[in-house]
Amino acid sequence: MRIVVQSDAFDLGAEVDAMRQGRTDIGAIASFVGLARDMNDGSGVAAMTLEHYPGMTEKALARLVDAAASRWTLLDVTVIHRVGRLLPGDPIVLVAVAASHRGEAFAACEFIMDYLKTQAPFWKKEETPAGDRWVEARASDDAAAARWNQP
Amino acid sequence: MRLHVLYFARLRERFGVAEETLDFAGTTAADLVAVLQARGGAWAEELGGGRAFRVAVNQDIVALDAALPDQAEVAIFPPVTGG
Repeated sequence: MRIVVQSDAFDLGAEVDAMRQGRTDIGAIASFVGLARDMNDGSGVAAMTLEHYPGMTEKALARLVDAAASRWTLLDVTVIHRVGRLLPGDPIVLVAVAASHRGEAFAACEFIMDYLKTQAPFWKKEETPAGDRWVEARASDDAAAARWNQP
Repeated sequence: MRLHVLYFARLRERFGVAEETLDFAGTTAADLVAVLQARGGAWAEELGGGRAFRVAVNQDIVALDAALPDQAEVAIFPPVTGG
């Protein structure tokens, strides 16, 4: 398991290659990359700054990965989340999940992202033509995480 | 008891403080929120019921009825927006 909070960019290809390195038991790697958009809530976004809670962030991400690993049989997980100032088009977050089969990899990747959006202590502040604004949490993100609890 | 209290994101900006150490006579997270809210101004606006916030104790999100241990690190912040 690899969990990193960093200001630098990341390379999806390099991360996936590192997961595969030296092993032949992995049958599937599902990955997600979240990007900074140039538009949100009807206004242009010139840049965003991501703040986090050092210490709790790493714990919260590890807990999400543990929850996924207790639900599906996973062979490896990488989560990288950037902080600091990002421009439209910049990658923000990477989740990559290795498993024997695609079903576990797809499901665990989506599960980790859904819970990351509601549990990991990151906050986005956007620079818009009308000034800086903190992004408000979305009810749809809570709903996305809650559906994993349904029978 | 003594608490180390941290504020993040919009709350840090509105309160004008990132962290403080408090002598606290209450028991629960809700008691602490009541003490802070009583400061008035932005404290009352943000914590007085109109806006959502979260409380973490020793880096775990808790419900407001959670008891606060002495020397706890308590963080108060808006609902998270990462990813």
